Amino acid sequence: MMPELGKYAGEVLSSYAASLVLLAGLVIVSLRASRKAKAALEALEKGRQDG
Amino acid sequence: MIALLLRDLKLAFRAGGGFGLGLAFFLIVVVLVPFGVGPQTELLSRIAAGILWVGALLACLLSLDRLFALDWEDGSLDLLATSPLPLEAVAVSKALAHWLTTGLPLVVASPVFGLLLGLPEAGYIFVVLSLLIGTPALSFIGAFGAALTVGIKRGGLLLSLLVLPLYVPTLIFGAEVARRGSEGLAVQTPLLLLAGITFGSMALLPFASALVLRVNLR
Amino acid sequence: MRLNALWEYANPVKFMRLTDRVLPVVSVLALAAMVVGLVWGFFFTPDDFRQGSTVKIIYLHVPSAMMAISAWFMMLVTSLIWLIRRHHVSALAAKAAAPVGAVMTIIGLVTGAIWGQPMWGTWWAWDPRLTSFLILFLFYLGYIALWEAVEDGDTAADLTSALCLVGSVFAFLSRYAVNFWNQGLHQGASVLRAGALVGDTEERVSNVFAVPLFISMAGFVLFFIALVLLRTRTEIRLRRAKALIARERLS
Repeated sequence: MMPELGKYAGEVLSSYAASLVLLAGLVIVSLRASRKAKAALEALEKGRQDG
Repeated sequence: MIALLLRDLKLAFRAGGGFGLGLAFFLIVVVLVPFGVGPQTELLSRIAAGILWVGALLACLLSLDRLFALDWEDGSLDLLATSPLPLEAVAVSKALAHWLTTGLPLVVASPVFGLLLGLPEAGYIFVVLSLLIGTPALSFIGAFGAALTVGIKRGGLLLSLLVLPLYVPTLIFGAEVARRGSEGLAVQTPLLLLAGITFGSMALLPFASALVLRVNLR
Repeated sequence: MRLNALWEYANPVKFMRLTDRVLPVVSVLALAAMVVGLVWGFFFTPDDFRQGSTVKIIYLHVPSAMMAISAWFMMLVTSLIWLIRRHHVSALAAKAAAPVGAVMTIIGLVTGAIWGQPMWGTWWAWDPRLTSFLILFLFYLGYIALWEAVEDGDTAADLTSALCLVGSVFAFLSRYAVNFWNQGLHQGASVLRAGALVGDTEERVSNVFAVPLFISMAGFVLFFIALVLLRTRTEIRLRRAKALIARERLS
């Protein structure tokens, strides 16, 4: 299935690996921040409603 | 505005005013480089023009955070903002004062430092010329950066980060004039572009600096 | 849809409601386009005569470089909108986009350097394109750092917008300065020329590579949009939370 990358296998694979890691990292960090902010805001607004 | 300019100059020359700090730093850079790259004159003469420009740039950068900070801290900046003098004029005055006390001395000192670095004979006039034309740009661009960070405690490092990329075109064209002139090549293009950056910065950046000062003084 | 109606989404509540519906769709499309483009490019394209299999890096390098520039441009536009119309969503969108743009710049630099190594014989070359991207990265860093350094939200928005404006002028100047400084090793803008889809000559990118490339580019664009929408929502929530806390302290 893997294409014949020949002598440049290292270059091509490391490019893809680095890029995918960076992209995935960005997504994960963004999602975490989003969830955290959402939870914090909901807690605050609930506090307002009750208090 | 002249009064403001004279006041800033007087303050700079007073003890603790920071005059000479830039020159001292320039000297430090020029002395350190040979220790870093080796004393071979042949190598040093090739990079002398560039080292002089980088040294001058760093020396300018170093004295930027005093530009507005002192007046900010003691409230004078608030007073200046309410005075009949427009903030744009204040920004121009501050940038000019910075140039006269930091940039211009560097221009004057550069031939001596060129000597230390084995600058080729043909290069002296071009180093002085490029620094003379380019250092005002460094002051005016730096003033904008200083205005951005004036309210930030210990904002000196951030100031450097913000201003450094803004300095790149000035550095490239200035150093190109100095380098090409040293090698006897034509310098018209980089010289014109350098002058363009300086005049553009002087004409337009005070408006941006004033806008930013107003935001910080709110 | 009237163009004026677009401004209604400058209202944070409306923005949240709209993106509640739009974000999942954009995310799925982004994922699909990126997977199709990258898989097609990686597995189903031939090697280049001169560059061998390294040509496969193009599917990452070109889209990320394009997004690095586009992200800054979007930040410029949204900064202007903030300065002129004072729409908080706009300012927060600029703040949200910066880290995405910065990461795109890093990907562009890393893939560019790796791709260049076998071709130029060096891991880093001060080639005009690579150097310009390095400078762009510094601009991103400064912008992000300024947002972090200023306590008050509106002040931060104003200052970073001013920085973005002035920075854009100097970034533009840098591009030409760097070109002047080093004539460089980089290929010309062969991808975006109109003739890129036509035939296979020295300077153009052949069809075989172009189609998966354009799909990848579309994927990266959608990815950017999805992430910026997500991150802007986060910023809006953070700002509202800050306001609520401040209000509680007062009462």
